[in-house]
Amino acid sequence: MSRLLPYPLLSLFLLSMWLVLNGSVAPATLLNGALLGLLLPFAMRTLEPPKARIRAPGAILRLAGLVFVDILRSNYAVARIILSPRGRERVSGFITVQLSLQSPYAIAMLAVIITSTPGTLWVQYDARSGQLLMHVLDLVDENEWQDLIANRYERLLKEIFP
Amino acid sequence: MTADAVLFWSLSIALVMLGLAMGIAAWRIVWGPRAQDRVLGMDTLYLNGMLLILVFNIRAGSQSYFEAALIIGLLGFAATVALAKFLMRGEVIE
Amino acid sequence: MTDAAQLPLWAAWVVTALALAGAGLSLVGAIGLLRLRRFYERVHAPTLGATLGMGLVVGASILFFSLLEGELVLRDGLIALFLTLTTPVTLILLARAAVFRDRTEGSEDVPADLHH
Repeated sequence: MSRLLPYPLLSLFLLSMWLVLNGSVAPATLLNGALLGLLLPFAMRTLEPPKARIRAPGAILRLAGLVFVDILRSNYAVARIILSPRGRERVSGFITVQLSLQSPYAIAMLAVIITSTPGTLWVQYDARSGQLLMHVLDLVDENEWQDLIANRYERLLKEIFP
Repeated sequence: MTADAVLFWSLSIALVMLGLAMGIAAWRIVWGPRAQDRVLGMDTLYLNGMLLILVFNIRAGSQSYFEAALIIGLLGFAATVALAKFLMRGEVIE
Repeated sequence: MTDAAQLPLWAAWVVTALALAGAGLSLVGAIGLLRLRRFYERVHAPTLGATLGMGLVVGASILFFSLLEGELVLRDGLIALFLTLTTPVTLILLARAAVFRDRTEGSEDVPADLHH
């Protein structure tokens, strides 16, 4: 199994991507997709990515829902900031947040989540100290962000990538 | 009003909005003031251009420009990454 | 505009609403590029079009072509997937490049490097 299919999830993703791109499930398309899914992961093997173990499918769904709601909310918030008249006082600035995640996949996931949410931007992460530098458009309270990231995202990410 | 007319007029408005967004992004590319602003403007320009093609597809009722949108999305990514790398090091390939 | 006439009126209005909302959000993001004063504030603006704006337009496209062809057409979903994965990478790299440039110029707007 592991010699023929080194990365089963990647193979499955490539096959389904091929089917969606072609918009059909004809035998020839299926065969081509299966070939892609079988052969391309071997190119991945030379990169030797660290082994990822994914747990807790329930946590993945909860995280996806959470991120979706957060993106909706902050889209509204940032649109309001952009369209509001110049007078209102608003502070934007850099903050440093202490992360406790270890898995590189969890950290990459957090980077995508934070940057995809309008109003927050991941700038720099120092792996030795576990400190993250990020920029926030509407900065009210620095400690609030530390709490938010630790309790809202990090807890779920630790469940998914133990 | 028929479904045809509704789609035609409202999607034309959407096209104008996206074209305006591209114009603003182009303004940033030309006027900067700094290099990172120009790269950000280019990023916004290709993003809105891709959305424009998607809306154009709906308005035309055919998916003939789907590949164009896909390629703009992927090439824009590569271009912005290369430019950001250039800003950081002064070289793209080290 | 020949095939679209087969669409029911309610579907036309839903597609319209999704596309207009997406295009509008993307335009608001571009206006942010114009109005916000500092570079680090402006970086946040295009995210509007790249997340929800793009999602709405892709949703309109998927709905329209699925109804038109009478089957689920998910091809545009691939664009959404690729864009969701690539936009954060470009923005993080751009922000890092800007921070690096500001640091080497000794600007006071940017905090010091984390390594020490």
